[in-house]
Amino acid sequence: MPDTSSTTLTATEETAAAPADVVKTEQRKPRSLWGDAWFELRHRPMFWVSAILLVILLLIAAFPGLFTSADPTKGDLTNHFLSKPELTHFFQPDWFGYDGQGRSIYARVIHGTRNSILVGVGVTAAVTFLGGLLGMLAGYFGGLIDSVISRLTDIFFGIPFLLGTMVVLNAFTDRKVYVVVLALTFLGWTSIARVTRSSVITAKQADYVTAARALGASTTRMLFRHVMPNALAPTIVVATIALGGYISAEATLSYLGLGLSEPAISWGIDISEASKAIRDNPHALMFPAGMLTLTVFAFIMLGDAVRDALDPKLR
Amino acid sequence: MTIIDKTMSVPGPRGGSESDGPLLEVRDLHVEFHTRDGVAKAVNGVNYTVDAGETLAVLGESGSGKSVTAQAIMGILDMPPGRIPQGEIRFRGEDMLTMSNEERRKIRGQKIAMIFQDALSALNPVLSVGYQLGEMFRVHQGMSKKQAKAKAIELMDRVRIPAAKERVNDYPHQFSGGMRQRIMIAMAMALEPDLIIADEPTTALDVTVQAQVMDLLAELQQEFNMGLILITHDLGVVADVADKIAVMYAGRIVETAPVHELYKRPAHPYTRGLLDSIPRLDQKGQELYAIKGLPPNLTRIPGGCAFNPRCPKAEDICRTDVPVLHQVSEQGGGEIAGRGSACHFWKETIHG
Amino acid sequence: MAELNKGDEPMDATPNVSEVDASGAAATESAAVEAIEAPVERGEPILQVRNLVKHFPLTQGIVLKRQIGAVKAVDGISFDLYQGETLGIVGESGCGKSTVAKLLMLLEKATAGEVYYKGQDITRLSGRALKAVRRNIQMVFQDPYTSLNPRMTVGDIIGEPYEIHPEAAPKGDRRRKVQDLLDVVGLNPEYINRYPHQFSGGQRQRIGIARGLALNPEIIICDEPVSALDVSVQAQVINLMEKLQDEFNLSYLFIAHDLSIVRHISDRVGVMYLGKMAEIGTDQQIYDHPTHPYTQALLSAVPVPDPEAREGRERIILTGDVPSPANPPSGCRFRTRCWKAQDKCSTEVPLLAVPERFKGADTPAAHESACHFAEEKDVVHAA
Repeated sequence: MPDTSSTTLTATEETAAAPADVVKTEQRKPRSLWGDAWFELRHRPMFWVSAILLVILLLIAAFPGLFTSADPTKGDLTNHFLSKPELTHFFQPDWFGYDGQGRSIYARVIHGTRNSILVGVGVTAAVTFLGGLLGMLAGYFGGLIDSVISRLTDIFFGIPFLLGTMVVLNAFTDRKVYVVVLALTFLGWTSIARVTRSSVITAKQADYVTAARALGASTTRMLFRHVMPNALAPTIVVATIALGGYISAEATLSYLGLGLSEPAISWGIDISEASKAIRDNPHALMFPAGMLTLTVFAFIMLGDAVRDALDPKLR
Repeated sequence: MTIIDKTMSVPGPRGGSESDGPLLEVRDLHVEFHTRDGVAKAVNGVNYTVDAGETLAVLGESGSGKSVTAQAIMGILDMPPGRIPQGEIRFRGEDMLTMSNEERRKIRGQKIAMIFQDALSALNPVLSVGYQLGEMFRVHQGMSKKQAKAKAIELMDRVRIPAAKERVNDYPHQFSGGMRQRIMIAMAMALEPDLIIADEPTTALDVTVQAQVMDLLAELQQEFNMGLILITHDLGVVADVADKIAVMYAGRIVETAPVHELYKRPAHPYTRGLLDSIPRLDQKGQELYAIKGLPPNLTRIPGGCAFNPRCPKAEDICRTDVPVLHQVSEQGGGEIAGRGSACHFWKETIHG
Repeated sequence: MAELNKGDEPMDATPNVSEVDASGAAATESAAVEAIEAPVERGEPILQVRNLVKHFPLTQGIVLKRQIGAVKAVDGISFDLYQGETLGIVGESGCGKSTVAKLLMLLEKATAGEVYYKGQDITRLSGRALKAVRRNIQMVFQDPYTSLNPRMTVGDIIGEPYEIHPEAAPKGDRRRKVQDLLDVVGLNPEYINRYPHQFSGGQRQRIGIARGLALNPEIIICDEPVSALDVSVQAQVINLMEKLQDEFNLSYLFIAHDLSIVRHISDRVGVMYLGKMAEIGTDQQIYDHPTHPYTQALLSAVPVPDPEAREGRERIILTGDVPSPANPPSGCRFRTRCWKAQDKCSTEVPLLAVPERFKGADTPAAHESACHFAEEKDVVHAA
C-alpha cells in the first residue's frame, strides 16, 4: 500500500495509481502501438501458417541450389513428357516428372520461385514508394498539389490494369524482371496513392500535429515524425494484400507471352506451355500452378493477418 | 443497522398482478467484457427500480458502468465480448434476460425507448427525419406512408421544432444539435413507451440549449407518466430533474438517495468528494477539493470497497470487506426512506 | 493583479508599440527578439488583442473556386491579457473562442487585426522573432486522447519542444529535464518510456501540460483543458494548473464552456457570442453583476448541483439556437434570441464599452458590455 503521508498534489495521483501500476509494470513494459500490433500478430495462427510458407518460399527463391541440383534449362528429350512424376523421389529431378522438352519440372518450379517473388516484392516496393510518396504529398499539402496528383491518379486508375501493362510490355522484346516490375508499377501505384492520401489527411488533422505546429516544428518533422508513422498502417495493409496479386499478374502476363521472356524461368511460362498438352500430361500444369496458388495464398493470408493486427476496426 | 442490499428492492411475494410491482427492476445485474488484458467487470451487482412517472438519475464517471447497465436493459450490449453472468432485468415483473428475442424486440422501442448522447450518429444520415420518425408507425403500427408522415409532423410539433411541416423532409445534418436531440426525443416518444432511458442526453449540447431540452423531456415525461432513467455524469443536470439518484462507482451502486437528500448530506465519501470537487458558480472558492487518484481499472478492481485507494476515510476493513448497501438512518435511529450507502463508515460520513 | 480601473482604459487605443518595421532587416529582427525576451512586470499587459478578425471563406466549385460567403468565426474582438493573471473566455459552441486560441497560437492567419505580445505584433513576425514568440506562448489542448502522438513515448513527446528549440536545453540535459517536468505535473518520472495509450485521460492531460511547460513559456493558452475529463479528475487538473501558475509565473488564457470552472480559475472573464465579445470584466463583475442579457441567460441556464438553491433562482430560457456565423444577424448579434431587443438592436451594432448609465459610477456593474440596454441583473444567487 502506498504511504498515506504524501498529501501534496504532486503525489496524489501516484498514491492511488500505485497498486494497480505495480502489477502493470511487471507484466507489460512500455508497449508501442507497433508492439501491440506485433502482439496481435503473434497470436494469430493464420499469421504463423503464412509466415512459415513464406520463409520456405523465400529460402527457395534465395538459394534454389539448396533444393535441387538439376539444371532447369537443360532438356533431355529422352525424358520428354513420358516419364510421369515419381512422387516418392523426394527432391530428385524426376520428383514432379519432366516437361515437353525433357526439363525437370521440379527444378523449374524451384528456379521459377525467385522470379515470381522478385516481381511481387519489387512491384510492391516500387508501388509503395511511388504511390506512398504521391499520396503523402497530395494529402499533406492539399490545394493545387492535391488537385494535380489526384487527377493524375484518376487518369491512371482509369486505364485497365492488365491491358495497359500488356500494351507497355509489348514495346519490349527482351523482358527481364525489372522491365516487368516497372511495367506493373506504371499502372499499379494508384490504389496505394489513394489510400495513403486519405490516411494522411486524417492524420494531419490530429491535435498532436497542431501541437507540433504550434511549437514551430518544421514541415519535415511534422511529416516524418507525426503524420507518416500514423498514416502508414493502411498503406502497409494494402501493399501486403496486393503483393499476391502482383505475383499472379506476372504469371498471367507470362502465360499470355507478355511477361518474362525465355530463357527466364517463370511459372507463368511453364503453365502456358503445359496447357498445350493438358489432356495427356496434366501434371506438367499442376505443379507450377500449385506453387503459384500457394504463394499467392500465403501472401494474401499474411495481408489479412497484418490488417487485423494493424487495424482492428476493419475486421 | 439494517442491511438492504438485495432485499430492499425485492417487491413483495411474486405472483401479484403485474401493475403492482415497479415498472422496471434491475436485480443483482453483472456484466463483464472479455478483453485481451483480462475480464473487465463493468457491472458488479446493480439493483435499482423505476416506477411509472418517476425519474431515476444514475450518476457516475466514465467506466462506472452506468451506460453498460442501460445497454443491458435495452438489450443492445455487444455480446461477445460482453456477457451477463448473472442478474435479472424485470420489466413489469417479467425477466427480459430469459425471454425470447421476439418478445424482447416487442418491448424494445415500444415499451422501452432510448435517447443517446450523440444524436447525429444515432440518426441515419441518408434518410429524412420525417421518414425516420414515420418508420416507427409504419413498422410497429402498420400505418400508410401518408398517415405516418402526418404523425411525424405531429411529433415534431410536440417537441417544438419550429416549422415542422416544412422541415419534415430535411435530413439530420440540416438540423442544429439541439433540434437533433429533440428529434431523438420525438423518436423515443413516438410509440408512447412506458420507460425512457436517456444516456447523457444533453452532454453534447450548449448550456442554453441544454435547459430547453431537459425541460422538454421532463414535461413529456409528466404528460405520459413515463418512467425515466437519466444517465449522466453531471451533478448539475441531475439536481434539476431527478426524483432519486443512484451513484455508481466501479460497477456498483455506492449510494442511493432522494435528490434533495443527496446534495444536502451525502452518505458516501465518493459522493461527498464529487460534490466538493465541483467549483461553484455563485462564489469564488479556494483550492478545489480533489479526489486523489484515478478510477480503477475494471480488470483489476481493488479488493474490498473499490473506492478504498482513493478514500480519505479508508481503514483496514475497507480493503478486505466489500460493503453492502446499508440502510441510512437518522442519528436518532429513524430510517430515511430510499437512502442507502455502500460504505462501512456511512454514519461518520453523513453525521460526523 | 488586474484591477477594476483597467477596464476603463479605452480598448481601441493602440498599445505602446515599439517602433519596429515589420519588413525590416536583421537589425530590426534582433530588436524584435530582444523585445520579446524582455521581462514584463506583473499586472502589466503581456498580450494585447486588437480588432482581431477571422473569416473562413466559403467556396463553391472544385477547380475554379469561387467565394460565395464567409464564416465570420471571429469578428473584431479586442482584449488584454495581463501578466500573471487568468483571463477566462466563455461562450457556446460556434462563438469563435477556439478560433481565438488558434489565432493567438498563429495556427491560423488572421483576416485582420493585431495581436501584440510585449508590443510586437506577432501576426507580422517571421524567422527568429517568430520562433522566440512560439517559445513563449504555449497551448494545452482539449482532447488528451488526440493531442499526444500515439507512436511516440512520453519522453519524446515532452522532449520534442527541446528538439525544435535546441537552444532551450543542451542535449545531455534533456532527459533529466523531461523527468523533472513529469514530476512537476505529478506523474512518476519513471514513466518516461511509456506510450500515451498506457495512461488515463487525466494523466494524459498532465503530459500535455508538461509539454506546454517544457520551454518555460510566459503564456499558456488552454482550450477547454478539462472538459474531456471526469469530474473527479477535473479538480486535480485545475488545482495543478493553479499551482503551476504560481510556480512558473504564468499568464493563462483559459477558454471553456463550463462557467463554474471558468469562475473558479479566472481573474477576469470575457463572454463571447457569435464571434464578438459580449461582455468582459472581473469574475465578480461578470458573475455577480452581469449587464449583458446573453451573459445573464447563460448564467441562469447553468445547472447548479444544489436543488434548493436552484429553486430560488430565476431562469431565463432562451428560445432557438445560435444563428449561423456565416450569416449573423444585423446589428446586435444576440437580438434574435434576446427578450429586450428593440429596433435599435437590429440597426446599430452595440460597442463593447462601459454602458453610459454606469459610467463613472462606483459600481461593479460599470464594466464593458456590448448592449444598448445594459442592465444589471443577478441571476446566479437565489432570490
